[in-house]
Amino acid sequence: MSERKATIASRVGLHARPASIFAAAVGELAIEVTIALETDPAEDAMDASSILSLMSLGAANGDVVVLRAEGDGADEALESLVKILETDLDAE
Amino acid sequence: MPKPISEPPAGERLKAATTPEVATVDLRAAAKVVQAELQRRAEAASGASKSVLEATALMATDPMLIKAAVKLIATGTSAERAIWESGASVAEMLHNLGGYMAERATDVLDVRARIVAELRGVTAPGIPHSDVPFVLVAEDLAPADTATLDPNKVLALVTSGGGPQSHTAIIARALGLPAIVAAIGVDALQDDTEVYVDGAAGTLLVDPGDEQRTAVKAWEHVAASLSMFDGTGTTADGHLVPLLANVGGAADAVKAAAAGAEGVGLLRTEFCFLERDTEPTIDEQVVAYKGVFDAFPGKKVVVRTLDAGADKPLPFLTDSTEPNPSLGVRGYRTDLTSPGVLKRQLTAIATAAQASSAVVWVMAPMIATVDEAADFAAMCRVAGLKTPGVMVEVPSAALRSASILTEAEFVSLGTNDLTQYTMAADRQLGTLAALNSPWQPAVLQLIQLTVAGAIDEGNSKPVGVCGEAAADPVLAVVLVGLGVNTLSMTSRSMSAVGAVLKSVTLEQAQKLAQLAVSARNSDEARTRVRAELPILEELGL
Repeated sequence: MSERKATIASRVGLHARPASIFAAAVGELAIEVTIALETDPAEDAMDASSILSLMSLGAANGDVVVLRAEGDGADEALESLVKILETDLDAE
Repeated sequence: MPKPISEPPAGERLKAATTPEVATVDLRAAAKVVQAELQRRAEAASGASKSVLEATALMATDPMLIKAAVKLIATGTSAERAIWESGASVAEMLHNLGGYMAERATDVLDVRARIVAELRGVTAPGIPHSDVPFVLVAEDLAPADTATLDPNKVLALVTSGGGPQSHTAIIARALGLPAIVAAIGVDALQDDTEVYVDGAAGTLLVDPGDEQRTAVKAWEHVAASLSMFDGTGTTADGHLVPLLANVGGAADAVKAAAAGAEGVGLLRTEFCFLERDTEPTIDEQVVAYKGVFDAFPGKKVVVRTLDAGADKPLPFLTDSTEPNPSLGVRGYRTDLTSPGVLKRQLTAIATAAQASSAVVWVMAPMIATVDEAADFAAMCRVAGLKTPGVMVEVPSAALRSASILTEAEFVSLGTNDLTQYTMAADRQLGTLAALNSPWQPAVLQLIQLTVAGAIDEGNSKPVGVCGEAAADPVLAVVLVGLGVNTLSMTSRSMSAVGAVLKSVTLEQAQKLAQLAVSARNSDEARTRVRAELPILEELGL
């Protein structure tokens, strides 16, 4: 099990356009990735490819989330996802 | 237009021949088709609607939505019912999150209806896409349909439901389209049938002949002459009532100028802020405002400062947890919770005004007291803006207009909100459409009091109207009769308003205004005035 933490950089938090971009990126991966707030237990983690899950997570700007995945290439995949979360997508 | 998708009955089971596995495959396939269609539409769209459509497309195959439905299918529920229930619980979850998320709940319900339509093999709900212009036949139109209705594609509206105050009628008026409402039996019409619609007579004829084709040609001619506004709003006896345009950006402003608008009576500055997660910089705002000012060199442009909140929330300004947003922190009041935004906006307006030759006025929305008007006027003067005014949308401002005008240089009546607050009826609720009419004598009386206050103040400061009311050619005559100085509307309505106004003298307009104010209710007010304006029939209005 690989695990990475990321701080949400988007000023509106993880919804609207930033959530669409992130969910689409996860959807393109061959492995399953979960997402949870740092303060939540691991068993509450949600499917990171679901835009609806991301919206219900309610991660605000500055919140820390934990991404988890297993399998080949999990480390590299999480690394690229962390980069997306830590970019201010609204600014683009 | 296809009928709304009916709810699959509660407890609907899989057909005997269908296994849960097959139903699951069907559901996933239907979801993919819906996603592809929404994605296709997203690619054709631009700006705000593009990003909304992209997110909605992702929802169609969303694991949260689909997995819950698949679980239900495994217990023997039909695929249609399963996605219906799954969509309902997701929508409820979003609704409970409030704010921006609550708005997305509607998108989930739309996706759900599309998937059910695909499973049933029927046409998806919503306004159909067609390459040729068409007559739209529907049960009724919802306010949301306005956004997707392309006035260049739709020739006329015919609905089996609704009444004269229904959304269909309102949309038709707004777009200047012929319409028939409550047309019993039109649901039976097949797609691709050729029909002749006479909006004035309220009749629809299937398979029209030469006579009707000639009538259509004649109407096109009248409509073309109606679509010309000669650029001077006046009564028959030469009392000038400048017809101004409501615009939401530079493109709109260019169109309005071409249509003959004598200036801009309402520049909605939200266009600069919507779909933004952060406040635009002063420089960005200057460019946006200057684009509008440059369309009206030497003419008046009234800029309304940011009107966020209630039906126009902005993530960086609006507290989405307010229990009652239309009575909450919106319009000018956002300066209490987010000080600085208004000041920077005024700086941007002043900078853009200096760089153009338009005569720039500014006004604040949602002013309720004279102290607010004084504070706003002071902020404008500090920014270097010489003509500060306020909107009259709150009944208190209408009642106290004399005192407010000692601080402000002009007032502009926002009749949509004024009606909503006077009648205590939510603008967005169809069931309250009858209460929400600017023809309500109470609303007309408040307009009359606003004008009386302006006269009492003694310096002939102007009173304008920039709400929907000014775009209704019949009501426009009443407003002029009540003493309103300028009318601001969508540029599409200027020709009709101008034509009707030109058919009456100021004195006649004043008499009609009295008839309307003294009516018992909104219907009587409207009927009384219409009966005195023979030109309406001539123009088919």
